[in-house]
Order: sequence, then structure tokens, then C-alpha cells
Amino acid sequence: MTINAHPELPDFDYVRPATLMEASQFLAQHAGEARPLCGGTDIFVRMRDGLWHDRYLVDVKKLDGTANLACDAAGLTIGAGVSMNRVIAEAAVRQNYPLLAEACCSVASHQLRTRATIVGNLCNASPAGDTIGACLVLGGRLRVHGTDGFREIPLEGFFTGPGKNTLRPGDIVTAIHFAPLPAHSAGTYIKLGRNTWSDLSIVGLTAFGYPDETAASGYRFKIAMASVAPTPLLAHKAQDFLAENPPNLQSFDQAARLASAACSPIDDVRSSARYRKLMVYQLTKKALQQTWEKLTR
Amino acid sequence: MALHHITLTVNGEFEQVDVPSQMTLLQMLRDKLALTGTKNGCNAGECGACTVMVDGEAVNSCMVLAVECQGANVVTVEGLAKDGVLDPVQQAIINHGGVQCGFCTPGMLISARALLNRNPEPSEDDIRAALVGNLCRCTGYVRIIEAVQEAAKRQKALN
Ligand SMILES: Cc1cc2nc3c(=O)[nH]c(=O)nc-3n(C[C@H](O)[C@H](O)[C@H](O)COP(=O)(O)OP(=O)(O)OC[C@H]3O[C@@H](n4cnc5c(N)ncnc54)[C@H](O)[C@@H]3O)c2cc1C
Ligand code: FES
Ligand code: FES
Repeated sequence: MTINAHPELPDFDYVRPATLMEASQFLAQHAGEARPLCGGTDIFVRMRDGLWHDRYLVDVKKLDGTANLACDAAGLTIGAGVSMNRVIAEAAVRQNYPLLAEACCSVASHQLRTRATIVGNLCNASPAGDTIGACLVLGGRLRVHGTDGFREIPLEGFFTGPGKNTLRPGDIVTAIHFAPLPAHSAGTYIKLGRNTWSDLSIVGLTAFGYPDETAASGYRFKIAMASVAPTPLLAHKAQDFLAENPPNLQSFDQAARLASAACSPIDDVRSSARYRKLMVYQLTKKALQQTWEKLTR
Repeated sequence: MALHHITLTVNGEFEQVDVPSQMTLLQMLRDKLALTGTKNGCNAGECGACTVMVDGEAVNSCMVLAVECQGANVVTVEGLAKDGVLDPVQQAIINHGGVQCGFCTPGMLISARALLNRNPEPSEDDIRAALVGNLCRCTGYVRIIEAVQEAAKRQKALN
């Protein structure tokens, strides 16, 4: 008899359809008992823990362009099957979307990132997902294939609760797309964990800023918060405040208060809710200051 | 329960295996191919004892389905030594006493080999970052990190 820390995977059938339409139709026909599979790093954990009991895992990693990564004048498109390590290794991503590479680097370990994908991180809709903040502040849009064909949906509004999103049976996210970033933009991701490396976050704070003549302050900032609400979320009041008020230590402090007021954390094994709220205030200030330093360097 | 017939290369040998959908690469290596060098520490992607290379990349073999390895090139700890000569990372970990109980060692060696393949001159920080997913409960890591540094030097001298 083998005794493992975690049990082996339960029975299921691995399915690899030939086309996206075949995959969407299979998923729709087997709604409730079939699930798209990318890297499996969330799925296998949930199945071993007895939380998910899918009869079919439908591998969507290599279907019709889902394995592509393209960074050009039209922006950045990361296919669902592209691993986080591939994103990090791509020089054009590190150069033009460094925040995204930074967010990927903060996930788990090198081995796990060989399998884990950004699209899987988004679809899993964990409030703690480390790449979600960067994807939100950079204005990511999901390309989704369903039984009716393709549609595109903005990432903001995609998350509806812990582990929940707006996808319907048969839907497969094929890629996430980012428009070219505004000139002279900069961002910062601060992940507070129980240790420096490889733990899920207690708080994940992403800040992103760029000069914008249409804002009264001359700048726009985006602030995303993770692990402090049922879904990852943008701090809209803080963002609006910074569009109206000149960027300086006082306004960063006020924005950090607004961000802290906007989150609704819980007590869990990683931290108390109170500590999380306090840390959102501290880390928002810090992330805004670091972003500002990069913007004015 | 569907059985899948897959063909792949493991440590340079062509293999054909029938695997059920839910069988992991780790189970296939240990139970079907009798390659028991690769260890099962947690079966959850946490400890790195099961690390192998698939198409040159380090992965947790407990988090990969065997059926996904159709056509893949897999290297396990058994495949590191060539013609009886240890890989520089193997020799260095012996020289530095970077092995105590040895349970983490196969995964540690594969992660180190994958690192040196993609970055032949890693800094200490690069080494620490590459080994974050390999837990060792015995050595305290210092000797392992020194061993990887020595392996990088040794490899450079050989090339
Ligand atoms: C040891 C360990 C450590 C981890 N550490 C971190 C960490 O530090 N930070 C972090 O953020 N995460 C962490 N994770 C979680 C995990 O690695 C990520 O969430 C990962 O990015 C998920 O991607 P995947 O491709 O493996 O998804 P999968 O496991 O394949 O899928 C996840 C979910 O998304 C759905 N899905 C996947 N692809 C699609 C698609 N194309 N269309 C529609 N639905 C889809 C699946 O059906 C499933 O519900 C960790 C996991 C483990 C095992
Ligand atoms: S056994 Fe695979 S990571 Fe621990
Ligand atoms: S030598 Fe015992 S776990 Fe590393």
C-alpha cells in the first residue's frame, strides 16, 4: 500500500478535442461534469482534495492558436496554453509589460510555472490570484470561444465571487489581450506572504500609472487589490482621487485610505482581516510611491 | 476509464506505455517504468521531490498527466549521468555534502540541471530562485547552493 500526503487523482476521462468548436460543444453537452484543462495546477489539487469530481477534463492547451504568444504593434496576446515561464522568458514582455512578468515571477516555484498559465489563474478566480492584479490594471480583455463562436469580454467584471466568473457552459478562454500601454507608464506589484517566496498572498497590491493630459492631475493611476475581498478588485475611489489631485505623498496617503476602506477582507489561516486592512493602506502607499519613482526617474 | 497508448522518450530510451487518464507522470515513471529515483513527497506540487525535465523544462511530475506526455522527451535523475560519468551537479553535491537523507536530492539535481541549461552562469539569487520549489528538511540548503555554484564553474571549465 502506498501512503501519500495527498491521494492519487480520482477516475476521470482525459479528452483532447481536435478543434475549439468540438471542445466547446463537448463542454456544453457535459455541463457540470466536464471542465477545461490548461496546466492543471489548480484542478489536480481540487480533485485530490475531493472538492471537484469532474468526469471529463478537456485539454484546451494546444487548440487553434491557444499556445501562441504575440507581442507587436497591436499589443500583447497571451494564449491560454502559454505557461507563466514562457511569459517571463519572452524579452518583449519583460521590456514592454514588465509588471506582468513581475506578477508571474511571484507565483509558486519555477517547476510549477512551467505548467501554470495566466488564463488558468484568471479562470480559477481565486481572490489571491497573483497575476490578476496586473491583468486588471493593464486593462486585459479575454477572448472567449463558446458554442456561438468568439466574443471578447473585459476582465473587469469577470469575477463574481471566490472561484466564480461569468463564463457559461461551453466557454473556453482562448487568450488574454492587452492594448499597447500608454507611453512612459510604470507599475509595481507588492506581494505580502508569510514568507518571501512561493506562498499565497496575505495581500497582493498592484499599482500602475501613466501621464494623461485628460486627467486634472496630469496622471492616471490604477490600483488592484488581491486577497482582501471575495474577488480581486480595482480601488476606483482611490483611482478617481488621484486623477483629480496632484501626485505627492499626501495624495498617495489619502488614496491608500480610500483603497483600504474599499476592501472587505476575512480572517483566515494566512492573516486576520484587521491586519489585511492595515496592510492594504501601507502597501498602497508604498506601491504608489515606488510607481511614482519609476515614472519620474 | 479510458486507457491511452502513448509513446515518449525517457532518458534517451523510446517507451510505449498504456496509461489511464488520471495517471500522473510521476506514477508512470515509478510504477510503469520502474524509475524510482523520482520521489513522491507531497503529491501536490509543493515539495519538488518529483521534479523531472519534460522537453528541457523542470516540472513537478505529480502535477502532469502521463497522457499529456505523448511525444515528450523526459529526463529523470537516472538520466543525468552519461556513460558512467556523473553530471557536474551530481559530482558537486557529493563534494559539498549536499545530501543527507537524500529524499529531496533527485528533484534538486533536476532543478539545478535545468537551471544550468537555461542560465550557465547563475548568481546566488538565481540559484535560490530556481530551487524555491525544492524543499529540503535536512541540509539547510547552504551546501546545495554551494554545490550548484561549483557545478556551474566545473561545467564552464569543461566547455
Ligand atoms: C503548490 C502550488 C502553489 C501555488 N502558488 C500560487 C501562487 O503563489 N500564486 C497564485 O496566484 N497561484 C498559485 N497557485 C495556483 C495555480 O498555480 C494558478 O492558479 C495557475 O495559474 C492556474 O493555471 P492552470 O493553467 O494550472 O489552470 P488549471 O488548473 O488548468 O485550471 C484552473 C481553473 O480554470 C479553468 N480553466 C483553465 N483554463 C481555462 C480556459 N482556457 N478556459 C476556461 N476555463 C479554464 C479550469 O477549468 C479550472 O476551473 C499554486 C498552485 C500550487 C499547486
Ligand atoms: S511530490 Fe510533486 S511536488 Fe511534492
Ligand atoms: S537531504 Fe533530506 S530532504 Fe534534503
